[in-house]
Amino acid sequence: MPWVLWIPAAVALALVVLPVAGLLTRSDLSRFPELVTSSSSLRALRLSLETAALSTVACVVLGVPLAVVLARSRVRGTRVLRAVVLLPLVLPPVVGGLALLYLLGRKGFLGYVLDAVMGVQVPFTTAAVVIAQTFVAMPFLVVSLEGALRGAGDRYERVASTLGAPPWTVFRRVTVPLLLPALGSGVVLSFARALGEFGATITFAGSLEGETRTLPLEVYNQAEADIDSAVALALLLIVVAVVVIAVARPRSLEGVRA
Amino acid sequence: MKKMTAMLAAVALTAAACGSDAGSGGAKTLTVFAAASLTESFGALEKKFEAAHAGVDVKIGYDGSSKLAQQINEGAKADVFASADQPNMEKVVKAGRADGQPKVFATNKLTIAVPPGNPKGVKTFADLAKPGVKVVVCAPQVPCGSAEKKVEKATGVAVKAVSEEQDVKAVKAKVQSGDADAGLVYVSDVVSAGGKIDKVDFPEASNAINDYPIAVVKDAPQPDLARQFLDLVFGADGKQELGKVGFGTAS
Repeated sequence: MPWVLWIPAAVALALVVLPVAGLLTRSDLSRFPELVTSSSSLRALRLSLETAALSTVACVVLGVPLAVVLARSRVRGTRVLRAVVLLPLVLPPVVGGLALLYLLGRKGFLGYVLDAVMGVQVPFTTAAVVIAQTFVAMPFLVVSLEGALRGAGDRYERVASTLGAPPWTVFRRVTVPLLLPALGSGVVLSFARALGEFGATITFAGSLEGETRTLPLEVYNQAEADIDSAVALALLLIVVAVVVIAVARPRSLEGVRA
Repeated sequence: MKKMTAMLAAVALTAAACGSDAGSGGAKTLTVFAAASLTESFGALEKKFEAAHAGVDVKIGYDGSSKLAQQINEGAKADVFASADQPNMEKVVKAGRADGQPKVFATNKLTIAVPPGNPKGVKTFADLAKPGVKVVVCAPQVPCGSAEKKVEKATGVAVKAVSEEQDVKAVKAKVQSGDADAGLVYVSDVVSAGGKIDKVDFPEASNAINDYPIAVVKDAPQPDLARQFLDLVFGADGKQELGKVGFGTAS
């Protein structure tokens, strides 16, 4: 590695670390325990962990098949689909939230049907939070899996097929094991994104303590009245994120094949 | 090291120079920070001010009052601050960032916003507590939310909202999209929505009249223009534009 790389690398690191350091210098750590253990903070923390976990599960259940289809399908138009999947990355989250509201809201075409047929109204519910988080987090999972699949190529799968394995067996015994290392990093990325989700949630699900007010929304809410409390909560969010990444960081996140 | 310091100083100087006479050529910029609810009325006043002052460009930043107050206290270069409530103006005064005593230029009161046609037939404030009516309010931490809480206290009606939003525009958006049956907003918000939402006025709103104070910011880059802008707001034109969107103005 040429040593010159250290210079931009250090700048990059500073860009990430220094703002967090700034947050620390402005926070009153003596009040930290009291601020983060208030009942509203704890409810927000709990809601955040629950919804982010649920949406990560949804990302895996829906995103893994999507990544396989995108990487392996030879149907024309897959390239367009690949670009479409990235949309939530490019859309400002608030726009994503509006889009969800216009689809699943009372006057949205799907929301109208759900309401008329099943009496289900999605906005302002915890389910809406999970949907918003899944919407923004899914691309992270799909992109990392798809990249890994395409990088690995399909020769193992082809060999398995020529040896007589039916498609489902090939998927289970060859494709999924190939995916595992990338799945680890994809899961961590999408969980982290879901945990920090703000714009789509507040637009689509609203903000109510215990129902839809996750930790990022609580931070924003507190910032209106008490900036110290908002900073303390933001630190809590960072701690949670770091713990999750550190604990869940499988070797896969470092690119080591299991 | 010396070279480095000199270079940094040069960069800083250039930046400072660029900052002080941006848009050069004798043109001046007046920067106004105004509460989001003032968007329509101050937009009209901006045009009038620019028409009367050749070569002056008025830039207005609209946002929630608390965010604006915070930015001013963090050193944002603004000339005028118009807040939607007293507590946020108080924050700026306390931080020593207001030049002189702020003055109230307008009042606003709450009203019930409903989708056109009022599908749930909301007629009174008490109707908001009925089961099956989805109500959206502002969080108690923001001015529209604290006003709503005051009305609840005065009437003894406990509203069970489905969401507590961070600003009045978000409440308006959710009523407009039809996902909420009713929302508590300011009279000015309904007028500026131009028919996309209807309003149901209620007498108890007089329990929570919101005062809008305005002040020149300390060390404003354009203090003279700032004072002239305040004169415009308090003058006949200001009263007319504010009145048009439903604000009460001090007589």
